[in-house]
This record gives sequence, structure tokens and C-alpha cells, in this order.
Amino acid sequence: MDKNISFKLRYWRQNGPKDKGHFDEREMKDIPGDTSFLEMLDILNEQLVSEGKEPFVFDHDCREGICGMCSLYINGTPHGKTERGATTCQLYMRKFKDGDTITVEPWRSAGFPVIKDCMVDRTAFDKIIQAGGYVTVRTGQPQDANAILIPKQDADEAMDCASCIGCGACVAACKNGSAMLFVSSKVSQLALLPQGRPEAARRAKAMVAKMDELGFGNCTNTRACEAVCPKCESISNIARLNREFIKAKLND
Amino acid sequence: MTKIIDSRIPEGPVAEKWTNYKAHQKLVNPANKRRLDVIVVGTGLAGASAAASLGEMGFRVFNFCIQDSPRRAHSIAAQGGINAAKNYQNDGDSVYRLFYDTVKGGDYRAREANVYRLAEVSNSIIDQCVAQGVPFAREYGGMLDNRSFGGAQVSRTFYAKGQTGQQLLLGAYSALSCQVNAGTVKLFTRYEMLDVVIVDGRARGIIARNLVTGKLERFAAHAVVIATGGYGNAYFLSTNAMGCNCSAAMSCYRKGAYFANPSYVQIHPTCIPIHGDKQSKLTLMSESLRNDGRIWVPKKLEDAKKLQEGTLRGEDIPDEDRDFYLERRYPAFGNLVPRDVASRAAKERCDKGFGVNNTGLAVFLDFKYAIDRLGKDVVAARYGNLFDMYEEITDDDPYKTPMMIYPAVHYTMGGIWVDYELQTSVKGLFAIGECNFSDHGANRLGASALMQGLADGYFVLPYTIQNYLADQITVPRFSTDLPEFAEAEKAVMDRMTRLMGIQGKRSVDSIHKELGHIMWEYVGMGRTAEGLKEGLKQIKALRKVFYSELFVPGSTEGVNIELEKAIRLEDFFVMGELIAYDALNRNESCGGHFREEYQTEEGEAKRDDENFFYVGCWEYQGDDEKEPVLYKEPLVYEAIKVQTRNYKS
Amino acid sequence: MWLCNSSIGRKVVMSVSGLALILFLTFHASMNLVALFSAEGYNMICEFLGANWYAVAATLGLAALVVVHIVYAFWLTLQNYRARGKDRYAVTDKPKAVEWAAQNMLVLGIIVVLGMVLHLWNFWYNMMFAELIHQPELGGLHATDGYGYIVQTFSCPVYVVLYVIWLVALWFHLTHGFWSALQTVGWSGKIWFERWKCIGYIYSTVLILMFLVVVAKFAICGGAFCCANACCQ
Repeated sequence: MDKNISFKLRYWRQNGPKDKGHFDEREMKDIPGDTSFLEMLDILNEQLVSEGKEPFVFDHDCREGICGMCSLYINGTPHGKTERGATTCQLYMRKFKDGDTITVEPWRSAGFPVIKDCMVDRTAFDKIIQAGGYVTVRTGQPQDANAILIPKQDADEAMDCASCIGCGACVAACKNGSAMLFVSSKVSQLALLPQGRPEAARRAKAMVAKMDELGFGNCTNTRACEAVCPKCESISNIARLNREFIKAKLND
Repeated sequence: MTKIIDSRIPEGPVAEKWTNYKAHQKLVNPANKRRLDVIVVGTGLAGASAAASLGEMGFRVFNFCIQDSPRRAHSIAAQGGINAAKNYQNDGDSVYRLFYDTVKGGDYRAREANVYRLAEVSNSIIDQCVAQGVPFAREYGGMLDNRSFGGAQVSRTFYAKGQTGQQLLLGAYSALSCQVNAGTVKLFTRYEMLDVVIVDGRARGIIARNLVTGKLERFAAHAVVIATGGYGNAYFLSTNAMGCNCSAAMSCYRKGAYFANPSYVQIHPTCIPIHGDKQSKLTLMSESLRNDGRIWVPKKLEDAKKLQEGTLRGEDIPDEDRDFYLERRYPAFGNLVPRDVASRAAKERCDKGFGVNNTGLAVFLDFKYAIDRLGKDVVAARYGNLFDMYEEITDDDPYKTPMMIYPAVHYTMGGIWVDYELQTSVKGLFAIGECNFSDHGANRLGASALMQGLADGYFVLPYTIQNYLADQITVPRFSTDLPEFAEAEKAVMDRMTRLMGIQGKRSVDSIHKELGHIMWEYVGMGRTAEGLKEGLKQIKALRKVFYSELFVPGSTEGVNIELEKAIRLEDFFVMGELIAYDALNRNESCGGHFREEYQTEEGEAKRDDENFFYVGCWEYQGDDEKEPVLYKEPLVYEAIKVQTRNYKS
Repeated sequence: MWLCNSSIGRKVVMSVSGLALILFLTFHASMNLVALFSAEGYNMICEFLGANWYAVAATLGLAALVVVHIVYAFWLTLQNYRARGKDRYAVTDKPKAVEWAAQNMLVLGIIVVLGMVLHLWNFWYNMMFAELIHQPELGGLHATDGYGYIVQTFSCPVYVVLYVIWLVALWFHLTHGFWSALQTVGWSGKIWFERWKCIGYIYSTVLILMFLVVVAKFAICGGAFCCANACCQ
């Protein structure tokens, strides 16, 4: 059985994008080790509400590491430090030590303005996808699924690229506030599949243009994104995006 | 005495109904489509695919979701796969067989015509998704790969690693994004629908709360489609996401839409067991694990005791002392029996004291045999990410020690009643996906939810809604200044003010947890008439507590997560009672509804086709506290002979 | 023009100019090695690369590359600073995979530029520039006596230390810059990333050693550390 731990929690409070923001602190006592990080925050909120205070606001939903909603910057690392890629909701309190100070901050990036406390606005990611992150295909009767043969290797690689959950940890970790890992994962997924090829050039150009327009930074290949990605997306995707983009521009 | 509900199923043999329907339905010409507005609430598989398809056809679509992006919808969490009758494996699959399996899996409580249509369009879904670039698993030759799943004797499940739901949702999301870019769909994220607006007996709009500003906003349209998922969170602990709620469905119910078969709640057999009272959600391990894992508990009670005390570990129990109870009881299907059967069998063993963890509420799912047979690499390739997830949560390595699993509330087969056209009993109000009731009967087979969501959204609703909208082409766009909108908005505002004004001492979650306990205890896996009555009594008592002791901090302005939860919880009370009423009414056991009074000597579910061969439709009586009234939609089976479900031989 | 108004385009400019500068460094380092063996040979090269039209043209090209590389560096950094938002993290933790050099390219770059200015003052000013303004004896020695200038410069320990600092900074800059440049032009992948990184490390190390060995030889044999007082006279 996991032991209970006590620690000091510093959590970010900010009332809207224009507010200055500050840290609140609280001693958390006897938290069971098999509690997830978000359940620990539930306990915090239970305490705050019982004291008549407003709860600490943060995004979360599926709590099984797939929806990409949770987005906390814990002790200097997006989603907190885990051995293998995991989201905040999959971080368990057993990873912390008794007496630790745990600092919780929102994703900080110009592309993700704070809505409240640690809840940030990530609609920029939607806008990038809307710019071209799809195969234009009508609902209806396309050809039989097996009419398009895709080598297993390509399908598997496309799957790896497609497993991005759009949480934004890559942007949060990047000292340049760049969204290249996110964009490149989508571009790569569709560039690797024959279905995505006809639009590949247009897609790469449109998505990069939208990304730039929304104020994300320039990638300088620091690899911080790759290191914190909960789905272990690789920067080889970024190389592929660069390739696709340069090819598209040279063909213009 | 009771009103009989008509499901408006088209004439003809079951295999031709859908073709006939499409051939004769009314259509809307392209010029008129531009003048018609449709509201779609929800952006899961059903909602996103419907919004995308409708937008692409030329309608003006308003699409809402409570999350920050459509891609977060809980469809994303489905892991295992999606069924389709492609017969790529040459194992004898066909549309009819998928139809038959689904009806049988649903314990003969589904509507035949709907299920046949579902099976019929299943193949198009796969084609559609592949065209969108969904990276389904492939064989070395480049063809699509399949796996087998519970409740079927063929391999018809398509999958994308352990993330099929995510990939399908991203496919639908990309189609939606394409339409947003084209300007046909307008997307509203972080908006929660709180009421449906009825004008002259037809659904003409919604009242939604902007979850960022806190403001109530009015939206008008010619038709409203709700695709807001199931109500599993009435149990507090479930595999649903934290945000999953039944408020949109309840607002339709309150406005006159019937709620059908609420008692059909699926308990999923392979979840990670509960660890303590701080737990906020249960994590599902994909059912596909049952393909290669073997489920067992110790044969000897003293071994179980030691496991519970933590003095013995599962891997140390020799094979001859292991009771592979599913293989023992159901030799033909073994570990692949349908979910309800597997769940009850687990509960039965744990109730007898054979549970294997400290709470006594867990059984083993063992991969030792699969690793011996296939090698660790193959097992890792198939289930690696699930194993990692399990280890992250429990700190146990499933490659070395057997996994522990226990059933948990997972999916709700019941939902808003809809006719063949997916229209509710309120004109112009449609319900699709998990939110409606129509296709799964009393129990849903694995990998069928994704199929239904996408079938409704891509291939069914975009057709059937036209049959309704064709009559609306002369109706001009509505103004949201109509008194009906003002009235609905005021009602929502009053409701929020009332909840804010209670100013008691208790948080929403603390009351919700208590509701969950009552639901699990009395309205859970094994129900009795007495227990249900007790449950109802306790729910009513807890509701009083809710109205007198609730505390919601802050104001209605801006982000207020406690207020959001309070509104949802108020609706879960209505929902919880509804489940109990229906369960109490249904004096039989079938699928996800198991009444302990109605079982065979071997403990199997005993249906009563003579008295309960109908869909139970409940009508709201103007007040949350009033008992709803039951109407019946009789089931008519033409193609399938109703028989006892048998997974033994 | 996509090389200015798209993020990848701007990075391509950095990448291509950087790669060209690495080529130049390679050439320069090879040339330096001649000084180890033959003063005359070295001076022949100096004369060949004096104020001839082709050498001047190449120098101008090189200068353009450097300017572009620097201007883009500041431009990108400014944009990235803005993209970071107003608030900074209170606690940060660098992941293991992130190299120190990768996060400090601008600082390293500035050190390299300062070193370069020093180097131009020590050599280019006295040699090509002197010839161009027709004052071949500007630095005391003849403009084509590169060897002489090497001996003169590295007889001063302060210069030796500064050059070593400069070269070390350049090494860090290159270890990241090399693979990063190839990544940016898209010539990388899961396998090639590791290869380029390895090649980059070896290449930069060899390159910098080639420079260092010249500095070291003249520092030790030329007297910087034998008669320290000789410097700066």
C-alpha cells in the first residue's frame, strides 16, 4: 500500500487574461499515494468550498490520459514529471515525497491566454486544424476501405503521429512558445497516408501560416516539446513538416 | 390504458426498410438548405459527424460543446474498436450476422429496424473513416486488420492501436474543422446547453450558458439535434469523463421528450478496481484485453483471504488452484461473453468472498498464458499502451503479475426516445448517439458504440432530418426575441439563482458522491424491488439535503465550475430516480438490467418476453418530484426469433 | 516572400546561412593547418587571398551571410520572446534531452560574434583591409605576412585565452547548430537525427581542434607562455 504524504501546494490564481495573478499556498495533509494529482486538487477544492472560498479552476475531463484537456505545469514540467509520457491526470501522488513543495502553474504562452487560474484558452489549436488539418472528403460512398493499400509500417507510423492529443504541453514547454510539434504531428499523419497526399502541400502551407498568424514562436529545435509530450511525439515529425513545407514553397 | 407509442418504422422486409425509406423520403434542394439552420449540441462521434455532414450538405449549422475543443468529447476514450460487417477475414460475417449479434447481444430489447440499418451502414463508416485518413491497423499486405470482440464469433472489429475512439473522433473532428473553415458550421466551445426552446410545439432553439463569461445566450434554428452522450455519471464513479452529464437530455425530457429504457445501464467488466473514497473516476481497461487475458479468482477461499490481506500474490497461486470461472461457466464463449454476463459473474465471485484485492472487489485478468503462447513482444504490441496505463495507475507490472479488474458503470443503453427517424417525441428535436436509446437494446456489445455514433451522425440523421426539414423551407429564420426564448432564459436564470441562493454548507461533489453510493448500492448491478424502493426513498431524501445544504460559491458571472456541477447534479437526481422507476417497473432481467428476483437457477438473467417485450418510455409530469408516467412502444420482431440468450454452446 | 514571412522560411535562412558558415570554417581551419608546417606556404595563401577581386567578392559574400545569420537570429529571438507571453514560469525544470547549447544559441552566438570582431581586428584589418586602403604596413608587418601576425597575436596570453573562449563557444554553437540546420531543412528523421547529431559532434570537435592546435602551437612555441611580458608591446 502506498503511504500518505503531506506537502505544501502553491497554486496559481488569476482572474482572467488581464489580471496579474499570484500564487496561493496551502498545506496538504495526509494525501494517499494512490490518489491521482487531479484527485488531490479535488480534495483542495473540497476544502476551499467548505471554507466558503472559490475553488481552484483547472481543465480536466476524461481523467484517463486521452482527451488532452488537463494542462497543469507542475514543478517546472508540463503534466509533471513521469517516467514515461503521461498527462496530469495520470500523475499519482506516490511520485512526490513527504514535505515537498509542489508548484502548479498554467500553460504560459502568448498563444494560450489564461481564462481563469490554470484554465487556458487553447482554441488556437482548433484554428490551426481548421486551416487544413484534414482530408477533404465528402460523407457518402467513398471507395472500399481496402481499395487503398497502406503498408503496415506507414500505417503504424501515421498512427504514432495521430496519437497527439492536442493538450498543448509542447507549447508550454517550449522556450519559444512554438506549436511545431502539434502542427507537424497532424501534417505528418496525413502526409504519410496516401489519402492525405493530394492536399499535402496546401495543408502544410495553410497550417504553418495559421500557426504563425496566431503568434506561436519559431522552432529552434531545443527538443523540449518532445521530452514532455505525453504521447511521445517525435521531432522527426517537425523535420517532415519542414520538408513538406519547403517542398511546397519551392514548387509554388 | 397506457398510450402506445408509434416508432414510425417503414414498411417492408427488414433488409429493405432503409433503402425504401431513402428512396421515398422528402429531400431539401440545395438552395433551400442554405436557408435552414440546425443546432447540433455535442461534438462527440455522433455530434461532430452530424454537424460536419449537415454543413457539407449546405445547411447552416451551429455546433456546441462544453469542452474547450470538439476533440475532447468523451468518444475519444473508447479504446477497443469499431464493428463493421466487412467480412474481410472471410469468417462468415455479413450484415445480417452483425444485425443478429447486436440484437441478441442487446437481449432482444432493441428495435429490429434500427439495428438492421446500423449493420447496413457499418461498412460505409469504415470506408468513410479510411478516406478521412484514420490510421486503422493494417496487415503486412496493406489490408485492414481485424480483431475479435465480446459477443461475436467473427473478427469484425477494426482498430487503431488502443485508441480507436480517439482516431475516429479526430476523423469526425477533422471533417467538422473542414466545414468550420468552409463557413457552414459555426462552432461554440465552452457552451453548455441548459434548455431547449419550444415554439408552437416544435423545438426551435436552445438556451446555452457561455461557460467563460457566465452569460446565458439564445440560439434559434429550424431543428435541434442533441448528441450529448449518456448519463452514467449519475453513479458518480463511472468510466465517463468528469464533464459527462445528462443535463441536455434532461432539459429535453422536461420539455416533453420521452425518456426510454433508463434502467439499461451497462456495467463494464474490465475496469481498474476502486482504491479509496477520494477516487473521482474509474479507469476502463479495453475489453479487447479479454481476447488474450484469462479471468480467474482463486479456487480456495483461504487463498482469497490471503490475497485480500496482502500476504499472497496472484502469480504465486498454482494453475490448479485457479478458477477460470468464465471458461468454466460459458465454455463456448469463455472470456469473451458479453459485458453484462462477465460483470455479473465477477460480482458473483466477489460476493462469495473470492475477491482478490484489499477491498475484496476485484478479479484477476491474467496475461501469463498469452505471454507463454505468443511471446512478450506480441502481447506488448497488442496491449502495450494499456499495460503502461495500468502500471501508471496501480504501480503493478501486468507483464509479471496478473492485472486486477472489477466492473464499473460504463455506458447507458437507455436514452431519449426516438422514432425510426431519430426524432424525439418533440417535433424538430432529434437525438443521436449514446444520447438516444434505439440500437443497443438492453445491452451494448463491445465496439458497437462507435459504430452507432458514427452511423447516426454520418449516415442516418443527415437523411432523416431532411424529411422533417423539407416541410420547414417556408419557415423564415426565427428571432431569439420571441417570448418563448425570453421565458426559457428566465427559467434557467431563476434556476441558477435558486441554486446559488441555497447557501448551505456542502459542496456539490460531496452530495454527488452520496447519490452515487445510493445508485450503486440499490440501482446498480443486482437490483431488487425492495432495494429499488429503498433507493428511491433515499434519493428523495438526498434531494432535500441538496436543496437545503448545497453551497455554491461565487456568482453566475464568469467561470463558475461549482455552479456548472450543481446544475448537472440537480439533473442527475431526476435521472437517478428515472433509472430506479424504470428498473422497478421492469419485472424481468435482461442485459444491463438485472433483477435478482428474476434469474434462473444458475443465476442467469430471466427475461419475460410476454409482459416486457416493449420499450419503456417515460413522460415528465411537470415537476422533478412527481413520478413520471410510463408509455409503451411494443417491440415487433419480424426477422429474428426471440430466444433465450445462450453463450454456453 | 516565404523566407521572411513564415516561421519555417526564417529558420531555413538561419539553417542555410549557418551551414555555409560551417563550410567556410572548414576551409579556414584547413588553411590554418598550413601554418603549422610552413610559414612560406601559409603566406602564399595569404597573398593569394589578399586584396584580389575574387577574394574581396568572397569576403563580401561571407560578410553578407554573417549579417543575415545575425539579423535573423535577433529577429527570431524577439518573436520567440513575444510568443512566450507576458508571464514567466516560477519554477522551471530542464528535461534531460534538452541540451544546454540548444537553449542558449543566442548567447553563444554573441560570444562568437565578439570573438570574430577581435579576430578581424587582429588579422583582417591588418591584412586584407590594409591592402585595400593601400597601406600594407598598417599593422607593423606586411599585409601578406599572415604567419607573422599569427606569431604576434598568440605571443600574447590574453589573446590566447580570448581565442580559446571564443572557440569553445563556437564548439557549443556548432554542436547544436549542425543537426539543427539539417533538421530545419527537413533532412532528418528518427534514424538520421541520431546520425546527424553524432556526425555533428565529431565534425565540430575536429573542426575546433584544428583551430585550437594552431593557437596552442603558437602560444607555446611562439612565446606567449614563455615570456609573458612580450605581449601587447
